[in-house]
Amino acid sequence: MTMTISLPRVMHAASGRPLSLREHEEAFGTTTVGTALLRELDASGLLGRGGASFTTAMKVELLRSQRGHHKVVVVNAMEGEPVGHKDRTLLSSNPHLVLDGAQYLATLIGARRIEVCVSRKDSTIVHHVQRALHERELRKTGPEFVLHTPPWRYVAGEESALVHWLNDNETMPQYRPNRPHVLHVGRSPALVVNAETSAHVGLIGRFGADWFRELGTSLSPGSTLVSITGAVYRPTVREVSLGSTLRSILAEAGADPDPQAILLGGYGGAWLGAQHQDVAYCNEALRPFGASVGAGIIVVVPKVACGIAETQRIVAWMANESSRQCGPCAFGLPALAQDLRTILRGSSDPRAVVERLKDRCAVIDGRGACRHPDGVVRLVQSALEVFKDDVEGHVNGTPCVGVTSSRHWVAVPALERESELVWE
Amino acid sequence: MSRRIDHFVLKVDPILCDGFGHCHELAPELVHVDEWGYPIINEQPTSSSDVALLKSAKLAVRGCPRQALRIERISGPT
Ligand SMILES: Cc1cc2nc3c(=O)[nH]c(=O)nc-3n(C[C@H](O)[C@H](O)[C@H](O)COP(=O)(O)O)c2cc1C
Ligand code: SF4
Ligand code: SF4
Repeated sequence: MTMTISLPRVMHAASGRPLSLREHEEAFGTTTVGTALLRELDASGLLGRGGASFTTAMKVELLRSQRGHHKVVVVNAMEGEPVGHKDRTLLSSNPHLVLDGAQYLATLIGARRIEVCVSRKDSTIVHHVQRALHERELRKTGPEFVLHTPPWRYVAGEESALVHWLNDNETMPQYRPNRPHVLHVGRSPALVVNAETSAHVGLIGRFGADWFRELGTSLSPGSTLVSITGAVYRPTVREVSLGSTLRSILAEAGADPDPQAILLGGYGGAWLGAQHQDVAYCNEALRPFGASVGAGIIVVVPKVACGIAETQRIVAWMANESSRQCGPCAFGLPALAQDLRTILRGSSDPRAVVERLKDRCAVIDGRGACRHPDGVVRLVQSALEVFKDDVEGHVNGTPCVGVTSSRHWVAVPALERESELVWE
Repeated sequence: MSRRIDHFVLKVDPILCDGFGHCHELAPELVHVDEWGYPIINEQPTSSSDVALLKSAKLAVRGCPRQALRIERISGPT
């Protein structure tokens, strides 16, 4: 087996347009199904790239232990993060690699159907996937692929919401009292994987675990896609080796060399002070800072920005994206946004507001049916820590200059239902 | 040693829950309410030998108008 693909891996041979099946097989070789697949996946130590960084082999193992012939693989390319572009970039370059991975996973768990979920927001990507699936259909081999295009909402990409969509056309998460929980599409046990995770499986199936582990760290092996935005030369998606320093990743992307802070993981992620830029980009190194790789989001925020203002905008948007099924999320997140706004605008007793915000964070954490509120809490708590001086400034009535600027660094979609918000 | 099922926790389905707070009235020792009226349930396992607490937990489960509560039995340290 030739193992000539170094970095980029999942973006190997990317040319700005999707590779056809023939071109794809020329670049990567054809898929081979051997008995070693399960062992290789296990030895690869691949962690999911959708946000939770769960070991993919363990999910596969759980699905293998389920009875029934009609299992399904669900490829999650919903990309709910407004500043995330990695799954779409991947699908507009190497769609067949993602499908190869899904096919490998289907073989492993004994699934006959693969549901590919792409948000309908981006019709170009939908077309790319449609075309790739059509090419496979002509071959008349392998499992059945079905394309789904749920509407784009932040929580629509949450795995139980996605499965809910496949079952009932509703993009709302479901309550799962005990985890790990096996989700079902109809009566079929479902394995939900992120599109990038699937692409890595497509490579592990071909080149094996040893090759995979040539990059990355022992706990976070392989390469990963990151979406870098904010104070950068140009927003980009890059494939990096896990464990490279954050500084080198930022430098490659042409980021502001002297930023204030970096948002890591996603809108349910955490802020990292810029003084920690030399940290290795992998979960084990980021954990002490309360941060994680998450969905590969990196937003660079310069010194002129107000970190609290940026956080407030994210939290307000995330509050609006709640599916409003659970009280602590439906009422709690708007309350967090409101507290942040009060801190920004000033009040008669700002210190009490900061304390209330901290208490509310603790109260909300872990009380939703899904992890949406937990992510927001994590973001707010990290903001209070990283932008401690700014918070003090606001409390003492001497806010930073950034707060008056109309320029923002973290892209937040316009609130579509602002007038309806409970807290306005 | 045999694993005995001798502890329980009360669990709420946050999607079903309407936040009227009956559970807090029925089992105040186990359930607090947040500022929006939704239950904050004691996550620490309670010993099933605490008859009074188990009884109020059962009352809360039965009294919940949305049937959102459930008693989960767990095996304590053996
Ligand atoms: C609020 C919320 C939103 C999510 N949105 C996405 C998403 O857009 N795309 C995605 O791949 N995973 C998303 N996830 C993670 C999925 O629930 C799930 O963990 C993932 O698809 C599993 O794939 P992986 O193991 O390959 O990472 C989201 C999770 C939460 C809590
Ligand atoms: S926690 Fe929030 S986003 Fe998740 S299901 Fe409940 S209301 Fe919806
Ligand atoms: S009684 Fe039931 S519906 Fe009412 S607050 Fe308690 S759990 Fe929620």
